[in-house]
Amino acid sequence: MLKIKNLHASVEGKEILKGINLEVNPGEVHAIMGPNGSGKSTLASVIAGNEDFEITDGSIELEGEELNEMAPEERAHQGVFLSFQYPVEIPGVTVTNFMKTAINETRKARGQEEMPANEMLKKIREKSELLEIDRKFLSRSLNEGFSGGEKKRNEIFQLAMMEPKLAILDETDSGLDIDALKIVANGVNRLKTDKNATIVITHYQRLLDYIIPDHVHVLLNGKIVKSGGKELALELEEKGYDWIKQEAAV
Amino acid sequence: MAFENTVDVNHPVHEVRSEAIKNFENLGFPSKKMEEWKYTSLKSLLKSDMSVFPKKESNLDYKDVKQYFIHEIESYKIVFIDGVYSSHLSETSHEGLDVCLMSAALSKPKYRLLIENYFNKIAVRDGLTSLNTAFSKEGAFINIPRGVVVEKPIQILHFSTGMESSLMTQPRNLIVVGENAHVQIIERHQSLTDNPTLTNSVTEIFANKRGIVDYYKIQNDKDAASLIDNTYISQQRNSHVSVHTFSLGGKLTRNNLQFFQKGEYLDSTLKGITITDKKQHVDHSTLVHHAQPNCESHQDYKGIYADKSTGVFNGRIVVEKEAQKTNGFQQSNNILLDDTATINAKPQLEIFADDVRCSHGCTIGQLDDEALLYLRSRGIPKKEATALLMFGFANNVLESVKIPELKQRITRLIADKLGVNLGFDL
Repeated sequence: MLKIKNLHASVEGKEILKGINLEVNPGEVHAIMGPNGSGKSTLASVIAGNEDFEITDGSIELEGEELNEMAPEERAHQGVFLSFQYPVEIPGVTVTNFMKTAINETRKARGQEEMPANEMLKKIREKSELLEIDRKFLSRSLNEGFSGGEKKRNEIFQLAMMEPKLAILDETDSGLDIDALKIVANGVNRLKTDKNATIVITHYQRLLDYIIPDHVHVLLNGKIVKSGGKELALELEEKGYDWIKQEAAV
Repeated sequence: MAFENTVDVNHPVHEVRSEAIKNFENLGFPSKKMEEWKYTSLKSLLKSDMSVFPKKESNLDYKDVKQYFIHEIESYKIVFIDGVYSSHLSETSHEGLDVCLMSAALSKPKYRLLIENYFNKIAVRDGLTSLNTAFSKEGAFINIPRGVVVEKPIQILHFSTGMESSLMTQPRNLIVVGENAHVQIIERHQSLTDNPTLTNSVTEIFANKRGIVDYYKIQNDKDAASLIDNTYISQQRNSHVSVHTFSLGGKLTRNNLQFFQKGEYLDSTLKGITITDKKQHVDHSTLVHHAQPNCESHQDYKGIYADKSTGVFNGRIVVEKEAQKTNGFQQSNNILLDDTATINAKPQLEIFADDVRCSHGCTIGQLDDEALLYLRSRGIPKKEATALLMFGFANNVLESVKIPELKQRITRLIADKLGVNLGFDL
């Protein structure tokens, strides 16, 4: 589904990603771990189309379509979804109106009719129940005055509404207490099918107790230096990142 | 300038008119040398000789101008074409209230007392207002007697056909709202031509004790149309008056909006949304004069300026020594979409009382790139995402529009202005 080949990206002339190779197949969950500053969030931003970053080499493909030159909205229309590490507050735009606009603009771009209002409301109800979101919450301004946990839950609610092919969760566990973490993880797990894929970006192993990855990759200094199964996450939790740094240096 | 000399000496307001002519002769048009006109020049509008009296009546078919009415709702309508009353487009009333013409009010004996008590009593005697006072022939006269809650909004529409190329229309509205009475008014000036038009409008509003007035101004005129709107409001004890101004169109728009508080425990609300592009110029000059204790004022103006357009917000609050416990709030938030756009924002607080709460805030910024990226990454294209952010920015002003159909209309006008078709009701 997702094929990243020799991806190099920089911001303000400084190279952050230095040759990433990654292949994600439908139905898989990949975890990308690594110490602070290793380039995890940059990778997420570059896949989602943040124009602050420049791709200097390599390619990103989703189902055979190259994403490199696409605008962020076009990538969303292709089926890419990024759950933001720091969701932005948008005063004056309610969660419901935002979601309606996002879904209908995406449908428009795909040549589909707008979603009928009753279908939209039903979907909003179902997905907000999945994430245990209060109805009142939906008529509040997007992320404005939300707690850290509410923001993250709202991101996964959006994920549930958009039903992307590829979901990237950027540090979704940060700022969550254990109960919220379970709700979020349960939501993500329930949305998993054999046709979509998930990339979980995290510093800690904690979230991976609830969202079990098929593959774990360690990102260090802009490169994937080690890949393995879910046990690699546990090993990192136990031993930290130093041994990987030493291994990588050899 | 060439003004026709047709003032009726037997008119009850003849003296007022004569004084106004003298005032205008002395003061003339405002220039940029005057502090209140520092950022707005009328020079380019006043180049040619202008007539203040229309020569002939024009006619319009309702179907051609229906779009400018809030036609989804029942309402009273007072409609003018080039300053001349159009009876077939209007729906006036004398049943339990007066929704009629200024010319009728000025000439009929039964209104003489009202005219003597209210006409030109609150209007400031500056050059432009004096010009209007001197030569205005027509406008809306609205008289809501004590205790009457008007169920239907009143729409005042002024159309310009531009058939006479250098007409400076001088509409004059007088609105008297009795004790415990309540009225909603929607005013619109609409040019139907691409020729330049200029309107110098004066409106006086009197809200008596516990009266409630909600006034909405739709300024979405054509590119060549200019408007100077002078609105003066006098409020008595416990009254509530709000004026919303939606400035989206027009070449040059100047709003002189002045509130004079004459009793205790009343509040004045001034809100606006301004969205401009090309070379548009919109100037909001507001004054709230707090002269009595325990009163409030709320000002909230949102402006979005693109291309080479210019905005002015000149917000003056005066709190007299007697006006203790005043709560005056003023906010002006502005977004510049292009480097070539300009906003001149100047809050002026003149406070002579010592126990008051007055605050003012003025912000000038750009659209938030991070917010834009966030919306786009959810599949909302750049143009729509930008529009959504602007709606969000202006939303609390839209929210306070109390007529749902009007709110919807303004939402659509804004969407049209921004070139988007967003499929939801805000």
